[in-house]
Amino acid sequence: MFLINCPYCGERDQQEFKAGGEAHIERPKQPTELSDDEWAEYLFMRKNIKGVQFERWNHAHGCRKWFNMVRDTSNDEIKAIYKMGEKPPSQ
Amino acid sequence: MTKNLRVKSSEYIDETNRISFKFNGKTYHGFKGDTLASALLANDVHLVGRSFKYHRPRGIMTSGSEEPNAIIQINPGTNRTEPNVRATEVEIYEGLEASSQNCWPSVEFDIGGINNFLSPFFPAGFYYKTFMWPASFWEKYEFFIRHSAGLGKSPTSSDPDIYDHRNVHCDVLVVGAGISGILAAKNAAKNNFKTLLVDEKNELGGSTIYENNEFNKIDNKTPSEWLKKEIDELKGIKNLEIKTRTSVAAYHQYNYLLARENLTDHLEAKDKTNKIRQRLLKIRAKKVILATGALERPLIFNNNDRPGIMLSSAIKKYSEFYGVACGSKNVFFTNNDSAYESALSLYNKGINVEAIIDIREQSESKIVKKVKEAGIKIYWSHTIVDTTGYKRLNSVSIMKLSNDGTSVTGSKISILCDCLGVAGGWTPAVHLYTQSGSKLKFDQEKKVFLPNKNTSEQISVGSCGGDFKIDEIIKNLNQKLKDNLNIKETDLDNIKVEIDQENSKRNIWLLPSDKPMGKTKPFVDYQNDATAKDIKLALREGFRSIEHVKRYTTTGMGTDQGKLGNMHALGIIADTAGVKMGELGTTTFRPPYTPLTFGTIVGRNVGKFFDIFRRTPMNDWHVENKAEFENVGQWKRAWYYPINGETMHQAVQRESKAARESAGILDASTLGKIDIQGSDASEFLNRVYTNAWSKLAIGKCRYGLMLNEDGMVYDDGVTTRLGENHYIMTTTTGGAANVLGKLEDYLQTEWPELDVYLTSVTDHYATASLCGPNSKKILKKIIPDLDLSDKNFPHMSFKEANIGTIQCRIMRISFTGEHSYEINVQASYGKDLWKKCMEAGQEFNITPYGTETMHLLRAEKGFIIVGQDTDGTMTPIDLQMDWIVSKKKYDFIGKRSLYRSDTMREDRKQLVGLLTDDPNIVLEEGAQIVSELNQSPVEMLGHVTSSYFSPNLKKSIALAVVRGGKDMMGKKLFVPMENKNINVTVASPVFYDEKNERLNA
Repeated sequence: MFLINCPYCGERDQQEFKAGGEAHIERPKQPTELSDDEWAEYLFMRKNIKGVQFERWNHAHGCRKWFNMVRDTSNDEIKAIYKMGEKPPSQ
Repeated sequence: MTKNLRVKSSEYIDETNRISFKFNGKTYHGFKGDTLASALLANDVHLVGRSFKYHRPRGIMTSGSEEPNAIIQINPGTNRTEPNVRATEVEIYEGLEASSQNCWPSVEFDIGGINNFLSPFFPAGFYYKTFMWPASFWEKYEFFIRHSAGLGKSPTSSDPDIYDHRNVHCDVLVVGAGISGILAAKNAAKNNFKTLLVDEKNELGGSTIYENNEFNKIDNKTPSEWLKKEIDELKGIKNLEIKTRTSVAAYHQYNYLLARENLTDHLEAKDKTNKIRQRLLKIRAKKVILATGALERPLIFNNNDRPGIMLSSAIKKYSEFYGVACGSKNVFFTNNDSAYESALSLYNKGINVEAIIDIREQSESKIVKKVKEAGIKIYWSHTIVDTTGYKRLNSVSIMKLSNDGTSVTGSKISILCDCLGVAGGWTPAVHLYTQSGSKLKFDQEKKVFLPNKNTSEQISVGSCGGDFKIDEIIKNLNQKLKDNLNIKETDLDNIKVEIDQENSKRNIWLLPSDKPMGKTKPFVDYQNDATAKDIKLALREGFRSIEHVKRYTTTGMGTDQGKLGNMHALGIIADTAGVKMGELGTTTFRPPYTPLTFGTIVGRNVGKFFDIFRRTPMNDWHVENKAEFENVGQWKRAWYYPINGETMHQAVQRESKAARESAGILDASTLGKIDIQGSDASEFLNRVYTNAWSKLAIGKCRYGLMLNEDGMVYDDGVTTRLGENHYIMTTTTGGAANVLGKLEDYLQTEWPELDVYLTSVTDHYATASLCGPNSKKILKKIIPDLDLSDKNFPHMSFKEANIGTIQCRIMRISFTGEHSYEINVQASYGKDLWKKCMEAGQEFNITPYGTETMHLLRAEKGFIIVGQDTDGTMTPIDLQMDWIVSKKKYDFIGKRSLYRSDTMREDRKQLVGLLTDDPNIVLEEGAQIVSELNQSPVEMLGHVTSSYFSPNLKKSIALAVVRGGKDMMGKKLFVPMENKNINVTVASPVFYDEKNERLNA
């Protein structure tokens, strides 16, 4: 179980958090303009990388804020944590 | 008659404190400070158990947690009984009872011992190979196999003890309080690191504390004297906490470790009560110093498992620490110098050592010379080829070992003995190290796996780091502490160490015998009865991966996880397959290092705390009125209220009729409630619900359907507009938390520009739902000054009112199709509100109804229950709820998905009503629906989602999802059941009051 440095609360146990899948997949502003394939790309397709992955996390049993995390899924090393809306760090 | 094998009083044994205990029903005596193992050995009891597969007699092999054989049942037959406990770890106390496992009728005479003679028929994979066919016989085989499986007996009554969990934070955690651990902890604490030192034993000092070897000196003292002084100095150090009887079970990533602290296991029964028995420490350490030491390896030779065959180091500990001689005629068998230390220890205490058998050609170290001077016979280049003695070792046969170590030559010599000390070198205890994710490397010279690549802030010091000599240990420890803790000076800088230790060793994983392999029993895993023969067989049968060989032969899969034999298994595989040790890798060491009790794992989460549940404010009334309850999410909801011995069916029929004919009342407090405020609240609702919200007037209510982005129905409920920028949303009971989470997610991540605030108020309000044609009259009695006319308070509207001084929010909404009101009050007034309604409703025979009646009433109206009539694959169109999906709105969650080719298919499963041709037959929920009976295979068109007998319609009704059901109105279908086929007709899902006239009745 890892420690997560919530950008609002500080370092907390992983138990307090909920993982929310891949980050930086923005909901299309005009869904009706999209073809079935384009919509499916947004709706269903996720990378599921073994290695460095950008993810969404939620401090569900704390401040309930969503934030982003860069995590190496092969060893759970957390490389960076940043707030929603902030630019992801370059790798 | 039992012999007394106490040799000399030891300072760790309190001979003034005599303790009696029972083993296999017989009373023995030991002293305070003894373990069960040392006390039994002092009474000359070696035979303590039977092996798992062959039921071979087995004795105590070690003096620590690595023990594979002496696993026993503690306090059998009591509620405190515990199976598979290592006798070497049990501290004796007055009244302790223990018994052998895996034997019947007794450990002395065990019927299962016949397996030993049948052993040629039990090769590796015996069960896999034998019980394969015929496949249909498996159930019969299983019955017998289950009976022979497992060790020990689990308790049958509930555990009387208390268990606890505690979070611990420290700068430095030191695991293991041997010489390295003590010095590491001392220096860390002295340099202002908050330090925690833990050790699984009850005494500090590891093996050095009884190291009285005259050849090693630290600051001119024997190692034990010197270390005792160091331990004394620990007492005054700030920042240092020491926990003994504390075994680290698991080492997870991010330096998160779990340790079990044993608090009462060593106490008499009367001192155990009302105390915490074991505590799970959840340790977060900034740095971890592993000082877990090393485990002595046995040697693998023919019949190496008889009672009386022990690790050489264990014999030394029993002699030096516990003052117990393990035998009166001792022999040692070794490949290195450490057996000579044990032999000298016995010799110095006047215990007879017959011989030392050494597979090396020679050793010239001082200690070997000393042994020679003592007149102990040494057989160089010899190996044991066989042993005799069924329940106790009787003799060993030795032969000369060939130069390459693969065969034996010359004549056989037999040596009589009752105890054999085996020394095969030392294996660093790297279990916790690898659990942390760090990687090992095989050291070809030392023939051990050593820490190589650390993944967290950690160091391995002492013998678990590969240093076996005291001078090396102190020198390397000093450097590692300085580097890792970033300190300049330590009190190790000026320690003077004189040693004479020799590391010469001859490593042979499997020692040869004069008998062919097939006729020998060289055990590698004692607990699971896996022999070198089994491993070789697995390799011949084509297994290559170490993990596969392990599972096939069960090597290392016992409760000891093969702490003694795993290295030999790897060595034998490497030698046989002709590869280098390092290339094979190791098997995975998994937590826990030593077994944990279930109690420790669950801690305080037992009984009513095992799975928490929620009760409504009206709960006491339901209990007093004999309601049956059902679990809905975490809630306990009143299910139905049987009176005069009614069955569930009878109660539900009565409640349903009463609600439609006069008045019913439902506790609806569990519905999720979310308070929504902010200038963009209306826009927000527009985006999350399928229908339009902008034009909803203040004081009005609206039903809403919420979809997932994939277009499937997610939740539903009524939302009321309380003010310009203020709404209260209700959700399903089970969906409340998820809906809030989803709404927050969208607000924070997709639409941060919206000015909306969400607050869960589910627990803040209690809700009574009053329904039926007389509900209006009842409400009038409670709140006389509220105008209840349809004009002032129409269906789907909201009023604030007071019941006396209690403020309430009343929604005129209906889930039953009847004229009804949902009255919300502050939760603490819930029971009061309920009683007032019951009182006012008495003259109308107001009937409390539970969730089952609620489900029936709504089914009569064809109202869906999300999660019952939907399953995450139903769109609103599939539910025939097109009316609630706005065509005008540009976007809402899930809208685009409703236009995907798949969701627009005509032949999707759609919600319909089903009527049975025989109105008395009630369909089973989940039953399959077909259109053809005489076809095989037959296409399944759908299934029944809700089904009831309606007392108001006097017939059975059902909701179902059916492929293309929308266009099947009036079509005859079939529901095939085990014994009969039920004829049904597709109907409208609305069975009752299709024109909604009763809402205003």
